[in-house]
This record gives sequence, structure tokens and C-alpha cells, in this order.
Amino acid sequence: MTKDEALFQFLLRLGDNTLILGHRVSEWCGHAPVLEEDIALANTALDMIGQTQLWLGLAGEVEGKGRTADNLAFLRDAWDFRNVLMVELPNGDFGQTLMRQFLYDAWSFVMTDWLKGSTDPRVAEIAAKAHKEVTYHLERSGDTVIGLGDGTPESHSRMQAALDYLYPYCGEMFETDKADEVLAEAGIAPDPAELRAEYDDIVGRVLAEATLAIPGGSYVHKGGRTGRMHTEHLGHLLTSMQWLQRAYPGAAW
Amino acid sequence: MDKPSVDQVWDWLDAVPDPEIPVISLVDLGIIRGVEWQEDTLVVSVTPTYSGCPATSIINLDIETALRGHGIEKLELKRQISPPWTTDWLTEKGRAKLEDYGIAPPQPAGGPSRCPQCKSTNLERISQFGSTPCKATWRCRNCLEPFDYFKCI
Repeated sequence: MTKDEALFQFLLRLGDNTLILGHRVSEWCGHAPVLEEDIALANTALDMIGQTQLWLGLAGEVEGKGRTADNLAFLRDAWDFRNVLMVELPNGDFGQTLMRQFLYDAWSFVMTDWLKGSTDPRVAEIAAKAHKEVTYHLERSGDTVIGLGDGTPESHSRMQAALDYLYPYCGEMFETDKADEVLAEAGIAPDPAELRAEYDDIVGRVLAEATLAIPGGSYVHKGGRTGRMHTEHLGHLLTSMQWLQRAYPGAAW
Repeated sequence: MDKPSVDQVWDWLDAVPDPEIPVISLVDLGIIRGVEWQEDTLVVSVTPTYSGCPATSIINLDIETALRGHGIEKLELKRQISPPWTTDWLTEKGRAKLEDYGIAPPQPAGGPSRCPQCKSTNLERISQFGSTPCKATWRCRNCLEPFDYFKCI
């Protein structure tokens, strides 16, 4: 595997995570429990879509076949997506959405922090931009997890259920394969497993304050970032997200 | 025509309002990162405030319209994302205009220093987000007015 092939995979993984989660979170627009939360979710989704344009834009450039960020977002099928499974899961209730956001933000925070020092300046400059936005998202999702976890018996039990459901999906973000090895060797991206300690530290601190217990067990749901197997939910999401470009190819705003 | 000076172009850009907060200019916002002549092409570097800010394409259009209106024929707009935009780049003039307009300017402490209406410091945060990606929503406990706060990043 060449460095550019590995980098293309890595950029798809970053861009697909932000694209799919951004789309999921945007599904709340007009439906959140209160107006302020609605605006907050829509803003977070917007930042993630913005990051997607940068990551997938660079992916297309690295691939060198003339594909744009829009081509990659709207004209690939489910098996070509490289996002982790957690981000494609349906939103569940508000608490589950925010728990997922927190578990993802904490990873995104340590990942973009590392990538700011990437030996590839194109990666480093996108990461520096994204890191500022992610820092803000993490502050908010962390605060909300604490507020709801350490809230009423009802909110506490819902947040614990969300954590029990989502936690087995976290491990996939730290999986390592050949592409990661090639990039780690070149100093372009970290070995994902190396980020785990800092991640566990952030997540542990917030969940303790939220009075939530990290579930035991070591089973990890995976298959998204390698493209081996997505959940059934991704295809449904894509039909909604891609239908306009599929029905009217090349339609422009 | 003779090439206008770079300073002249900066003045022209300082007259282009931000599309979402029209009381301040694009120069006040700190998103114009460079103006230079490369032979007979004018190159303007623009940085986005937030990566997904939907105003970005309107801003590029407004810059182009303004400069073409001043007779610039060869124009290139460059997207520059590094170093990433920071609210430290807001001009002093821009900060004062924001406050007059009812938007509390960004503060390093991470929250507004005073109510833009009654100047009270007795404030509370309503939401970390607001009507655009660059704002959060606060309320004054004194005059009870809610107001936008320009987030510090």
C-alpha cells in the first residue's frame, strides 16, 4: 500500500465520520426538546459538514481522479463508506444523541489535536481548524452528559442506557490496520490505539461526574472503518441524503 | 486603468458588510488575510470563520461584486485555512460596532463582559450556540434582555 493510498483511506474515514454524524445530527433540526438545543444541534451538525468538505476535498485531491467532496459524499454506495458504526446508528432519544456526540467528540478532540502536528501540512491545517470547533463541541456535549447523567432519576437511567448501548461501539475508533501503520510510520497520522489512554481519561472524568458507570465487557462492534460491514442503518441514511443527486445527477444549487 | 494600490483595495473591502452581521465589515471580522498583486491579477486571501459557515460563499460573491464594481478585472479569491481564524482578529472598530448593534464582543474569559444594552455585569448563559455559528445566546439578569454573544475562538 502506497502512502497516498493509505492517506486516501484515512481521509475518507475522517470525512465519512463527520459527514454521517453531521447528517444524523441534522435530523434533529426542528425536533429538539427546546429551541436552544435545536439551534445547538444544527450548529454542531453544520460544523461537522464543514469539516467534511475539507477532509473529503483533500481525499479527492489525494486520490487524483478528479472526484470532489460532493462526488464522494453523494455518489458512493454504502460499502464504500469508511465511517465507524457508531455514527450511523439512529439518533434514539435526545440523551442518546448527546451521549454519542460526547463519545465521538472526545475521540475527535484527541485525534485532531494529534493531527495538528502531522508531517503532512494539508492534514495539519485542516486539523487545526477542526480542533477549535471540536473543542467547543466537546465542552457542550460533556456538560450535557453531566447535566443529564447527574440529573433526575429518569434522565439518569436514560443516559446510563445510552452509554450501555453505545460504549461497545467506541473500540472501533482505536482499531489499527495497514493504512494506519503506513501513515504512523510517515508521521502523517497516529496509530489510533495510541490515542486510547487520553480518550479514556477524558471520558472517565466526565462519566464519573455524570454518575454514570462504564459498562464491563470487551466486545467491540466494528466493520465500518474498514468497509467490511456496515449496519443496516447506513443504507437508509444514504437514500435520504443522496436522493437528489441520484435522481437528478449533477443538479446544482 | 492603473492598478489601484493595495491600501486602496483594503479600504474598498472595509466597505463590504458581513452578510449576517452587516454592521461590521469583512475587514473588521478579520477574515481578509491578504491582498496582493500578482502581475496584473489581484489576489485576495479569505479565511472562513467556521468551516461550515454558510455565509462563506456569499462573502466571496460580495467581495467579487465589490471589487469588480471598482474596476478590478483580473481577480483571484484564495481560500486560506491556516492559521485558523480567531476572534483575536476582530478589529477594535468592529468590536465597538458589535456592541452598539447589541452583540456582545468576544472576551478571552469565554463569556461577555457586560450587557450590550444596560452594561450590567449580572449575566447568564442561555445556550452555547446562537443564530449563526459564531454566536452564543446570553441574557442580562438586570434588564432581562436576551442578547447574542460573539463566541471567542
